[in-house]
Amino acid sequence: MGGRTRSDDERLYNYSSLLACGGKSSQTPKLAGKHRVVIPHLQPFKDEYNRFSGTYVNNRIRTTKYTLLNFVPRNLFEQFHRAANLYFLFLVVLNWVPLVEAFQKEITMLPLVVVLTIIAIKDGLEDYRKYKIDKHINNLVTKVYSRKEKKYVDCCWKDVTVGDFIRLSCNEIIPADIVLLFSTDPDGICHIETSGLDGESNLKQRQVVRGYAEQDPEVDPEKFSSRIECESPNNDLNRFRGFLEHSNKQRVGLSKENLLLRGCTIRNTEAVVGIVVYAGHETKAMLNNPGPRYKRSKLERRANTDVLWCILLLVIMCLTGALAHGIWLSRYESVLFFNIPEPDGHIVSPALAGFYMFWTMIILLQVLIPISLYVSIEIVKLGQIYFIQSDVDFYSEKMDSTVQCRALNIAEDLGQIQYLFSDKTGTLTENKMVFRRCSVAGFDYCHEENARRLESYQEAVSEDEDYTDTLSGSLNNVAKPRAPCCRTVPGGALGSKPSDHLSGSTCAVGSGEGASEVFHSRQAAFSSPIETDVVPDTRLLNKFGQITPHLFTSLDGTIQRPALETFYIMDFFIALAICNTVVVCAPNQPRQKIRLSSLSGTPIRSLEEIKNLFQRLSVRKSSSPSLASGKELPPGVPSTFVSRLSLFSRMKLTSPMEEEVSPMNESSQGCSNSACCMQIEKPHSSAGLTDSKVESLPGSPLASNLCYEAESPDEAALVYAARAYQCTLRSRTPEQVMVDFAALGPLTFQLLHILPFDSVRKRMSVVVRHPLSNEVVVYTKGADSAIMELLSGVSPDGANQEKEQMIIREKTQKHLDDYAKRGLRTLCIAKKVMSDTEYAEWLRNHFLAETSIDNREELLIESAMRLENKLTLLGATGIEDRLQEGVPESIEALHKAGIKIWMLTGDKQETAVNIAYACKLLEPEDRLFILNSQSNDACEVEMSVILKELQKKTPASPGQASLRKCSPQPPLTQDSGQRAALVITGKTLEFALQESLQRQFLELTAWSHTVVCCRATPLQKSEVVKLVRSHLQVMTLAIGDGANDVSMIQVADIGIGVSGQEGMQAVMASDFAISQFRHLSKLLLVHGHWCYTRLSNMILYFFYKNVAYVNLLFWYQFFCGFSGTSMTDYWVLIFFNLLFTSAPPVIYGVLEKDVSADTLMQLPELYQSGQKSEAYLPLTFWITLLDAFYQSLICFFVPYFTYQGSDIDIFTFGNPLNTAALFVILLHLIIESQNLTWIHMLVMIGSILSYFFFALVFGAMCVTCNPPSNPYWIMQEHMLDPVFYLVCILTTCIALLPRFTYRVLQGSLFPSLILRAKHLDRLTPEERAEALKKWRGAGKKNQVTSKYVDQSTGKSGRRPVSGPSAHAMKSATSCAAEQGDLPLCETALDLGFSAPEASDMMDPKI
Amino acid sequence: FFIVGLIFIPIGIGIFVTSNNIREIEIDYTGTEPSSPCNKCLSPDVTPCVCTINFTLEKAFEGNVFMYYGLSNFYQNHRRYVKSRDDSQLNGDSSALLNPSKECEPYRRNEDLPVAPCGAIANSMFNDTLELFLIANESDPTPTPIRLIKKGIAWWTDKHVKFRNPPGEGTLEERFKGTTKPINWLKPVYMLDSEEDNNGFINEDFIVWMRTAALPTFRKLYRLIERKNDLHPTLPAGQYYLNITYNYPVHSFDGRKRMILTTVSWMGGKNPFLGIAYITVGSIAFLVGVVLLVINHKYRSTSNTADTVAF
Repeated sequence: MGGRTRSDDERLYNYSSLLACGGKSSQTPKLAGKHRVVIPHLQPFKDEYNRFSGTYVNNRIRTTKYTLLNFVPRNLFEQFHRAANLYFLFLVVLNWVPLVEAFQKEITMLPLVVVLTIIAIKDGLEDYRKYKIDKHINNLVTKVYSRKEKKYVDCCWKDVTVGDFIRLSCNEIIPADIVLLFSTDPDGICHIETSGLDGESNLKQRQVVRGYAEQDPEVDPEKFSSRIECESPNNDLNRFRGFLEHSNKQRVGLSKENLLLRGCTIRNTEAVVGIVVYAGHETKAMLNNPGPRYKRSKLERRANTDVLWCILLLVIMCLTGALAHGIWLSRYESVLFFNIPEPDGHIVSPALAGFYMFWTMIILLQVLIPISLYVSIEIVKLGQIYFIQSDVDFYSEKMDSTVQCRALNIAEDLGQIQYLFSDKTGTLTENKMVFRRCSVAGFDYCHEENARRLESYQEAVSEDEDYTDTLSGSLNNVAKPRAPCCRTVPGGALGSKPSDHLSGSTCAVGSGEGASEVFHSRQAAFSSPIETDVVPDTRLLNKFGQITPHLFTSLDGTIQRPALETFYIMDFFIALAICNTVVVCAPNQPRQKIRLSSLSGTPIRSLEEIKNLFQRLSVRKSSSPSLASGKELPPGVPSTFVSRLSLFSRMKLTSPMEEEVSPMNESSQGCSNSACCMQIEKPHSSAGLTDSKVESLPGSPLASNLCYEAESPDEAALVYAARAYQCTLRSRTPEQVMVDFAALGPLTFQLLHILPFDSVRKRMSVVVRHPLSNEVVVYTKGADSAIMELLSGVSPDGANQEKEQMIIREKTQKHLDDYAKRGLRTLCIAKKVMSDTEYAEWLRNHFLAETSIDNREELLIESAMRLENKLTLLGATGIEDRLQEGVPESIEALHKAGIKIWMLTGDKQETAVNIAYACKLLEPEDRLFILNSQSNDACEVEMSVILKELQKKTPASPGQASLRKCSPQPPLTQDSGQRAALVITGKTLEFALQESLQRQFLELTAWSHTVVCCRATPLQKSEVVKLVRSHLQVMTLAIGDGANDVSMIQVADIGIGVSGQEGMQAVMASDFAISQFRHLSKLLLVHGHWCYTRLSNMILYFFYKNVAYVNLLFWYQFFCGFSGTSMTDYWVLIFFNLLFTSAPPVIYGVLEKDVSADTLMQLPELYQSGQKSEAYLPLTFWITLLDAFYQSLICFFVPYFTYQGSDIDIFTFGNPLNTAALFVILLHLIIESQNLTWIHMLVMIGSILSYFFFALVFGAMCVTCNPPSNPYWIMQEHMLDPVFYLVCILTTCIALLPRFTYRVLQGSLFPSLILRAKHLDRLTPEERAEALKKWRGAGKKNQVTSKYVDQSTGKSGRRPVSGPSAHAMKSATSCAAEQGDLPLCETALDLGFSAPEASDMMDPKI
Repeated sequence: FFIVGLIFIPIGIGIFVTSNNIREIEIDYTGTEPSSPCNKCLSPDVTPCVCTINFTLEKAFEGNVFMYYGLSNFYQNHRRYVKSRDDSQLNGDSSALLNPSKECEPYRRNEDLPVAPCGAIANSMFNDTLELFLIANESDPTPTPIRLIKKGIAWWTDKHVKFRNPPGEGTLEERFKGTTKPINWLKPVYMLDSEEDNNGFINEDFIVWMRTAALPTFRKLYRLIERKNDLHPTLPAGQYYLNITYNYPVHSFDGRKRMILTTVSWMGGKNPFLGIAYITVGSIAFLVGVVLLVINHKYRSTSNTADTVAF
């Protein structure tokens, strides 16, 4: 670049940056705190370097939390942050107080120590793994300039420091954040791949610092005397501000374009040199590396409250003990044998003794608080996640990826989702953009071949050859176009011929696929043939072909209609081709830009030569006669404008290479001489230019091999579409874009500016200097709403054209609506021609904006607004974003599962609604309410109207509705006989989200079962999620794939990232990453359900187990004067929880499957139990506790009565208690668990055996080892005693009898959905299919015949039928009153399983 | 359920019958009632106090008869009481003998001498002496003493492994040199019995006492009465009297003292509970089973009707 304008601007910039920094006096080094000064780490500046860089960290990274030395203290410190651990520590300490000591001091420590050790080992292993990775990274080698050796020497990453010069070659990973000073690329650009950072595999361009691009071959670090001042390290990847100050105080601004980030990879660039500005932990990559996410699951929160209840229970029990002990003591006046005085002889008063006893009891009954619960939960979660991740159903061949669990502790939340917020693009749809239709200058081109091709492609994906066969066949034979109302159906004769030709061309592309297989899978996903080939619309192609030769006649000024259209078409395709940030590369040399190696090897000096040459030969005529365009050049075009054109027209198709030289400094802005394109002759004619080693490359095959890498797939789709019309984007550098335009040959656009896409403006623009007209042209591409607003009211070309524009505009708008109705993504293309002065004016302002450090973003937007106005509409495109495989089915299943699905999309309303219909989010019979109001009040009114209507619809619940006003609660789906759907637009959403309307909005959404929010910004998305989550207190799940979903994903209870086309940002932010939307249904319905039931049952079981066991001790207190005696040996007591009964629940938690995966998938209704937290209601908790109380009572009193009055001693008494408790607890688990595998049995038996083994060995070995409680030989005695067995059997039976009876009764009398589904699993496959059919069929039948409904309602009258549902059935509209049928489903299902069930029940009994 | 019921009921009946066959007689000799012969012993002045209680066996006791003493309301299971012992000392560890564990406080040392055996349990050892006499018949007033066997009342493992006298040559007295008797004891530990193998720590009465009872009302084996031969019952029916040397004070804690004579079966002492419980549970299980069967049957028929209606 470096034109005069530029240098002017540079000066301007310097000035402004001075201004900007003036206040903070950036020149003083004091600022190092806020800004950072980087000086080369080399001898001449050593002092200065030390002054500035003393505090800068080096590049060694350490992500480990611990070192060998601090592991133990640090880990302990971390662990004691947990309340539970602190509690147990407190207990240990308490036990050291002699007055209250209950156990031996050491024994109390045991559980704590075990738990701490387990966690410490886990942490340690994780840390060690990190350490190894760190070590590996730290020891990677890079080339750092060494002053001693005057060259770049190998150096470990860890030794790189700020200020070092680093030289990197292609495909090397960048070791630190580097300011790019040199690139072998002649344009001073460097491509990097940031997949290591954000997962986006496309290439991004980075630029050498201005002023260095033109420098000598390489920056000589010795001579580098500038210093860099930039921001302090921060974690904003997309921001870097600073400037480089030369020794002569001249400043050059630095932006993120100049910064190479650590972790990225250099691509397509031979070598780069840069200076390190941030190293090690201060690099943006490291700062951006958040620790593991920690979310607390709902279940865990519930469990925590229940732990609190347990503590309360514990306190109550201890208080009872303490009081009773005091009372007991006070009954006796004198000193007793068994009430031992203190060592010093005095007797404690009963009150004080009671007080001591309180603490003793706490120690004694500590087991009530399940210390092992947390450890077990963690283990179970790990196990569950292991199973989720190893589920083959989640495997996606295309992505070669399976589900990825990034958050380890919220798997069970998957089972409780009530609201699902989904992004549309890339989540529901494939995000494989296929160019479908376009409208240029008010004419719609429907590209139906494309549509057909897509269809046929789907049929024959497998074989490429088949594919082309089918394709050509379908092109010729398929009579009926897919798009039913395509306006321009080509005549058969007309259509067949070109399509023959076309099929041939696609054949060629198909064969080109072989090359593209070289790519790794991700890239293949980008460039799969379905996206890359666009079959041009024949009509448009005809127009295109016919018109091109007329181009110049039309330019003559005699403006005719078709000519104008031609212009439009041409501009349209040029805009398609260049208005983007697509990087071009050739698939057969992966990751190598199409820029020819010969060129990149060309010294810049030769460019100058070419320029000179060009100037000398500026009027030299092309000598290629073969070109039609050359021949058709109109001679003697009057205006300079045309003369310039003629210059361009000489560019040949045959010469694949051309070089563009930046505008010459000396030229004034309007001067034609500054036209800076030059043409390289055909090899044979331009022998003089061998200097540049231009080789002729086969043009057209190359073109078809071109491959585009775009940041967003629709960009790529547009470029491919343009290519189909032979408007091929050939290469792109920061300064120029080369386009192969069919008839015009290669055109080179000087790229003046790119205003990148952002979600606020919803558009992007490029400013180019048109090679033909040499005008400054702004091409803008963006959302239709954004563009339509900016169209010029007055066209500069006069009234005629203005009218034309109006017509075009109207027509296009119509087309746009039409596209949107078909669910196509629409984009508008517009352009604007600027005069050079206008441009210069704008540029000046823009630079001002660009160079300000502080509110650059706002200024930039403002500046963009200034540029993007008064646009001329060229046309619109419709891109199809195909639905992902299995999306409708998944959505349907999720709906049935009672999950409310919201679709939040940035697309326009029509598109969104259509997609929603397509994926069955909306059913045709749904009542659709559309909220689209322009003001706050209107919105309110609208909402209340809809609300009223809804309430009228469901008269069953007027009371509830009024109730709901106080606290918005989602009404049960039974209430609404008809499903209502709400569509709300972004603007209205803004109103609805306001404080005043929130409640009403929520109420409204609670009524509707699907909500579609269109035109939602990322922020709105997250606000919606936040609103629903916090106000309705429901479990929310957000799923999305793009960066715009990140905020939503983070806000929701569970964030799911779809690892799709738009990079990995969503995945990075998510808790789970899946590769396709359809996996979500299994993830939720099966794994979510399992994880939830398993974990909740396990937690309940843990509570049960501890309460049951601890109460044994408690009951004993009644018989030992509440003195805190335990009738069990302490070791057994501790081990009971820690060893004997810990493994089975964990196994249960990991392996339990209450209903098989198939059934769960087929009956999504089962999911609702999780939503209602059925497995873990407060009631269940208390019932479980009651059961535990009962069982412990039995466990205690059966042996008590048996041994009452006998000569049994304490520990002999305790032994049968223990044994019975063990059996009861384990058998309880068997009753509770639904499927028993051999693993279960193994673990159970193992537990029992280990208990007996331990007791026997301990009894045999321990004669005096455990002084106060000595279980010597007790177990052995008992093993010989029949009473022991009798007692154990009796106890176990009595204890489990109620539970078992309850379960059996529940199974036959009031089976829950889950139970009945479970029975389905037991059936043979045929029976099962039958039963399933009945299950589903029942629902349908009910809908049809209301008579039957009444009948069976009467029949099933013994089951409580809720009022609203009965009402719904009677009214029996044809809508899907799915809740209404539920009781009927039950009836219908009864027959399905009652017979086998009955036999199941009876078998063991008879 | 039926299985449970069917199995449990016979077991219960078996147990019940066995339990019923056990002969057991219990004689309270606390002496708190004024009418009791032992009432006189409540005052601490009378030492030694010997009282006699007559009783009659209605039926002969067959087989081996166990003689227990029973104490009520004696919380031998009090936490601090239970701890108050030194197993090492009792196991014959010489260092522990002279330096008992701290757990024994305040019965660890007496007048600067280590107490052997130390601790509250040992200190509070039951020290009544019970003798049993058979009054052969009305005419013959000379009672026949029943032979009470002192040995074999403790667990074999306790006597031979867990409890050991201090090692060394010489008499027990020498081996226990340097220790003193527990405060409440009348005699030192090495004078508990005349026989060498039932003296000191391995005195079986002592061992039995040291096995602390689980419940506040308990009995402890005192003596065995061996069956002489198959022809004669061990204790024929008739009049007996119990001679008690009353030493052990229990009235301070409202305790009671009993003497129990009982025969044994394979399931130990007399306890009807287990049998009754088994019978009850078995019946309940059976009943529940029947109810469930009925419910199931009914349920099936209702669903069948629904079935026919629906399809």
